[in-house]
Amino acid sequence: MHIVVCIKQVPDTKNVRIDPDTHTLVRQGVESIINPFDLFAVEAALQIKDASSATITVITMGPPQAEEALREVLSRGVDAALLLSDRAFAGADTWATSVTLSAAIRKLGNVDLILCGKQAVDGDTAQVGPEVATLLDIPYATFVKKMEPLDAQHLKVTRQTDEGTEVWKLSTPALITVIKEVGEPRLPSLRHKMRAKKAAIPVWGIAELGLDANDVGLCGSFTQVVRVFSPPRRTDRVIIEGSLEEQVEQLYRYLKEAKVPGI
Amino acid sequence: MNYFLTEEQQMIQELAAQIAREKIKPVRAQLDEQEEFPWEIMQVLAQADLFGLYIPEEYGGMGGGILENCLAIEQLAQACIGVATSFAASGLGAYPILLYGSEEQKQRYLPEVAAGKRLAAFGLTESSAGSDVSGIKTTAVRDGDHYLLNGNKQWITNGGEAEIYSVLALTDRSKGPRGASFFIVEKGDPGFSFGRKEKKLGIRASATRELIFQDCRIPKDRLIGREGIGFINAMKTFDKSRPGIAALGVGLSQGALDLAVEYARQREQFGKPIITFQAIQHKLANMAIKTEASRALLYAAARHMDTEPPDASKLAAMVKVFSGDVAMEVATDAVQILGGYGYMQDYPVEKMMRDAKILQIYEGTNEIQRNIIGQELNKEYSRIKETFF
Amino acid sequence: MKALVDGKKCTVCGVCSDVCPFGAITVGETSVEISDECTLCGMCVDTCEFGAISLPEVGAGPAADLADYNGVWVFAEWRDGTVHKVSYELLGAGRQLADKRGVELAAVLLGHGLGEALSSELIAYGADVVYLVDHPQLARFTNEAYADVLVDLIHKKRPEILLAGATSIGRSFIPRVAASVRTGLTADCTELDISEEGLLLQTRPAFGGNVMATIVCPNSRPQMATVRPKVMRPVRQPEHPGRSEVIEVSDGIFQNRVEVLEVIPEQDQTAKLTEADIIVSGGRGLGKAENFVLLEELAQLVKGAVGASRGAVEEGWIAPSHQVGQTGRTVAPTLYMAVGLSGAIQHVVGMQGSKIIVAVNKDREAPVFDVASCGVVADLFEFIPAFIRKIKQERE
Ligand SMILES: Cc1cc2nc3c(=O)[nH]c(=O)nc-3n(C[C@H](O)[C@H](O)[C@H](O)COP(=O)(O)OP(=O)(O)OC[C@H]3O[C@@H](n4cnc5c(N)ncnc54)[C@H](O)[C@@H]3O)c2cc1C
Ligand SMILES: Cc1cc2nc3c(=O)[nH]c(=O)nc-3n(C[C@H](O)[C@H](O)[C@H](O)COP(=O)(O)OP(=O)(O)OC[C@H]3O[C@@H](n4cnc5c(N)ncnc54)[C@H](O)[C@@H]3O)c2cc1C
Repeated sequence: MHIVVCIKQVPDTKNVRIDPDTHTLVRQGVESIINPFDLFAVEAALQIKDASSATITVITMGPPQAEEALREVLSRGVDAALLLSDRAFAGADTWATSVTLSAAIRKLGNVDLILCGKQAVDGDTAQVGPEVATLLDIPYATFVKKMEPLDAQHLKVTRQTDEGTEVWKLSTPALITVIKEVGEPRLPSLRHKMRAKKAAIPVWGIAELGLDANDVGLCGSFTQVVRVFSPPRRTDRVIIEGSLEEQVEQLYRYLKEAKVPGI
Repeated sequence: MNYFLTEEQQMIQELAAQIAREKIKPVRAQLDEQEEFPWEIMQVLAQADLFGLYIPEEYGGMGGGILENCLAIEQLAQACIGVATSFAASGLGAYPILLYGSEEQKQRYLPEVAAGKRLAAFGLTESSAGSDVSGIKTTAVRDGDHYLLNGNKQWITNGGEAEIYSVLALTDRSKGPRGASFFIVEKGDPGFSFGRKEKKLGIRASATRELIFQDCRIPKDRLIGREGIGFINAMKTFDKSRPGIAALGVGLSQGALDLAVEYARQREQFGKPIITFQAIQHKLANMAIKTEASRALLYAAARHMDTEPPDASKLAAMVKVFSGDVAMEVATDAVQILGGYGYMQDYPVEKMMRDAKILQIYEGTNEIQRNIIGQELNKEYSRIKETFF
Repeated sequence: MKALVDGKKCTVCGVCSDVCPFGAITVGETSVEISDECTLCGMCVDTCEFGAISLPEVGAGPAADLADYNGVWVFAEWRDGTVHKVSYELLGAGRQLADKRGVELAAVLLGHGLGEALSSELIAYGADVVYLVDHPQLARFTNEAYADVLVDLIHKKRPEILLAGATSIGRSFIPRVAASVRTGLTADCTELDISEEGLLLQTRPAFGGNVMATIVCPNSRPQMATVRPKVMRPVRQPEHPGRSEVIEVSDGIFQNRVEVLEVIPEQDQTAKLTEADIIVSGGRGLGKAENFVLLEELAQLVKGAVGASRGAVEEGWIAPSHQVGQTGRTVAPTLYMAVGLSGAIQHVVGMQGSKIIVAVNKDREAPVFDVASCGVVADLFEFIPAFIRKIKQERE
């Protein structure tokens, strides 16, 4: 079984900066972390590997320094890593990102399962997983919290919905996007850490993927960010202090005036 | 400070620090309060390959030495020496096998210890034999293809949790110190049971229990090495393990220092942060000096000891004494700097102070360590012909 | 990237070559050839009377047939045989967009055996037309069936705008629709408008709500967006006229690679975070699992849900399905009450879209007060029971 996990390096939410001219993210100087949901995806893949014999390839599309994220994941026990990096990939929307990722997965070949995080905590769209699946023409399930292979060609997944849970059966190859409940990400091991340090990580650009510069990155994107701004801060903050009765009375009145349904 | 560690040694530090930060720190107060054995953390350490740092690669280990093991222990100890003691004690239990075990014994037990699949423990102390190891009463009597063990071991770290025990017993009472031998006893062996878990001042995440042998029957191939070398094995084991206790001390000191400095910078009295008071600055300075000195001595000594030098016993005792005493002092000072808050369980320094005390007691009290150093000096200088006057 | 020539249509007349400002077009033997000098300005496309030249559909150049797309669509969701609230909200927003554009507003209803009432309701909330597809394969939601039917409708009817709720259904299958029809998709919008050029201006939070971005989809159609529930205002106009149109799809559309084995509704009403108007959330300050009873009581009283910080979930006091925040759920109820919760950034990003945030904490310095619209500095164990009594008292 060959599993591909897609991971994304994201800026630590605590400090984010947007280039006012290009409206693109400025990552330099901001600490990068691996998208937390992608660590769940890696964990899910490793659990499958623990239980059977799977090979796991982790891929990311990003700037050269995204290699760091790949090594970090290698140190947790993933077998191989692949960096998709090219100036032409810059500024991709989810479509262009998915075009690139799916081209790489197609080139890797013989992939049985693709795992993604539920969403990336920066772009926050949750679109890349489903779009990659669509471009690869394979079935997918989102927001999965549990999964188990049924037989060689089928997978059973439990997914979290707004209303409860659903159990789906998918034929493989398939793509799954996972949530926290798939399992607490394990820490690195020393052996894997040593291996990760030395591992050769191939870098593929448009040439290796056989893509045209116009199909990827900003050029290949359908959506365009025209304005980025900070959300208006709350300026009307009320602090309620005083005796317990006063506080209860004040809050009750506050919510009543705001016409909160149910109060 | 740059101690010129290799890339791999730095990786060990990083990894152990990550585990300490992410897995130990958040639960240390709870483990302490509930006196809970940290099985989950043991599994994390196992998965991280840290149990095998000092075990040769042919037995499934990472092929490092004392220094590598100490680097990991130090980082874990920054968060909690109760957890770190449980980890280090498995090494203490495995060393007798590593040092004097047969090839079969090594093949059978070390890979499991290295993988953290089974914990080991070291059974020496008895109610009447503490500092005076020669006072042990546990006996092992040969009975055909078996040995029969009788007696009790007291305060054994990892007792009841570990599955592999290196146990010292008398095989020939008449030979005195030359009549003691080490045996491997496994949890589940007939006639082997445990006493209740001890209630302790500190390191409450570690489990300390009595080992009870009542006609405990074990196959004769559980004898480590040969009969009569038990005491030598114990002493050589301590030479390897005492630096680990020192590493616990260095880690604890650093942890306490970190908290004290951070606290002193933000706590304000008389209108300014207390770190601006010279009395506090000097206390912090002394804590920092001692902590760094104990680390420097440990790293230098550990490197040296990994070359199997003749003065290993002296150095092992030195590092154990020094960093144990430093840890006790630094932890006490940290409580002082935090004042009343330091005395409350809401802040971790109270636990550190309770924990630190053990470092001066187990694996040979610090008085005994000084005895060893003194005796070694006596021997050493007796060989020197030249006079220093 | 350069303009594309359809060799079958090109008559090698050479008109395009003459108008090209960049001299990028040469006349070959059987068709014109375009060099890398092409800037995709589109002059040639307009002049070619045989329609032999086109611009690539992606990227900078406008697609030729944008004008063929017309009308605003709302994907209508339903649960248990009734329309989901978010669809009414979308019709409210869609109505305004459609009026600005001067086009029809349509609701698309996919399902099996859905009653007539649903269509009338959708019309009453502003739809001019309801496109209804009834098929057994649509009785239960799957990405493929829903997406592929919707894609089929888009190909047939060509809407210029398509809105769907950013629910667990919308967020799951709409990306497949967008990728299949090869268009852009903006996620989780909180604001929609029409620009002077007639483009849909889609504004959405990103980076966990720390940044807002306005996004357009200039060169492909439909312009697609998922819209966060509870943000847009539903407007019921009982007199609004509208029609309903049943659309047949061929069985061949369904691929059957996914089978829904089980649908298990959440039994715990207080775990329905995304639907609730009020969420009462607890953190480590609650001290132990038993104390969540306090929050449950308050939640039940106001028909709300119970949320939790990661801390409380990690302590094992409450199930992970209640977790709000970066690795939990993102919620935006009318009222979010953060009780005994410090307000770590990872929690805040999951709830800062809420209309009103009330923080109850005895530590006046707790960061949660920075995001709160109303902060109550009090001991939760005194305040919450007193607040419950107050609500009960007022109701009597
Ligand atoms: C402020 C802002 C708003 C944006 N809004 C939109 C929008 O509405 N629509 C749109 O199409 N684009 C949008 N983008 C662009 C979008 O962020 C990028 O396309 C990004 O590369 C992927 O989208 P995401 O971060 O939302 O990932 P998601 O779709 O949320 O990611 C889901 C999963 O896909 C995988 N994945 C995502 N990116 C990568 C990668 N680079 N390499 C490997 N795996 C990956 C991971 O497994 C991840 O967990 C926006 C960008 C910004 C800066
Ligand atoms: C938490 C804990 C865990 C332990 N884990 C283990 C374990 O895993 N395996 C194991 O075998 N043992 C273990 N021990 C036992 C430990 O090693 C002994 O407690 C230690 O060696 C001291 O022995 P004692 O307690 O009997 O003190 P004693 O020997 O009775 O000493 C009492 C005091 O007299 C001093 N003293 C004794 N003799 C001399 C002397 N000659 N000169 C100067 N001062 C002297 C000592 O320093 C001490 O201050 C553990 C103990 C504790 C508390």
